[in-house]
Amino acid sequence: MPAEMARLTAGRADIGGIVAFTGLCRDEGGRLKALELEHYPGMAEDEIGRVARTALERWPLMGLTAIHRYGLIAPGEDIVLVIAASAHRRAAFEAADFMMDYLKTRAPFWKREHLIDGTTGGWVEAKAEDDAAAARW
Amino acid sequence: MTKLVYFAWVRERVGKPDETVDLPASVTTVAALLDWQKTRGEEYAHAFEHASVIRVALDKTHAQHDAALGNAREIAFFPPMTGG
Repeated sequence: MPAEMARLTAGRADIGGIVAFTGLCRDEGGRLKALELEHYPGMAEDEIGRVARTALERWPLMGLTAIHRYGLIAPGEDIVLVIAASAHRRAAFEAADFMMDYLKTRAPFWKREHLIDGTTGGWVEAKAEDDAAAARW
Repeated sequence: MTKLVYFAWVRERVGKPDETVDLPASVTTVAALLDWQKTRGEEYAHAFEHASVIRVALDKTHAQHDAALGNAREIAFFPPMTGG
């Protein structure tokens, strides 16, 4: 994350605030060995790009980074990173929040649990509250 | 010919990640395509049993169930997303 932040601020002094959100893999009380993230190659990149362009149209941003991992991710490791930079804090906070709500409900990724006992758990179910969060915007 | 692609539990239930099919001329909307899928055998009936929850993308763009298929060459079926 520090490297991604440095990339946004390099060579400029007009940015007044940066908000960074990192989503991590939880161990679910020690039950989880890893999360498997399946994605739709091509559409995942397109959809992240569409969500990012919407954020750039709605807020006066000076930089925006969105990175989403896929494959097997161990507890404690990063899953997603969003960084929004602006002249003032409000736009950066709101844009980062918007990006996460929209990535969760529109970017084609699906999580499946791999358990510590060696079995493969079920697919994680989508939450109605995530749709409600995205509908705020 | 149209390429159909499947993800997550839809893929597991159908039993394959993708296939190429000749769609019947009568199948012109996403809803009609979901209905047609249910008729293609036991695994499809299982995968598309609760068709209302399945999301569809036409050429890698989200589409509502009442959307026309148009000239889409790749149609994807998947559960609600759980990334982030």
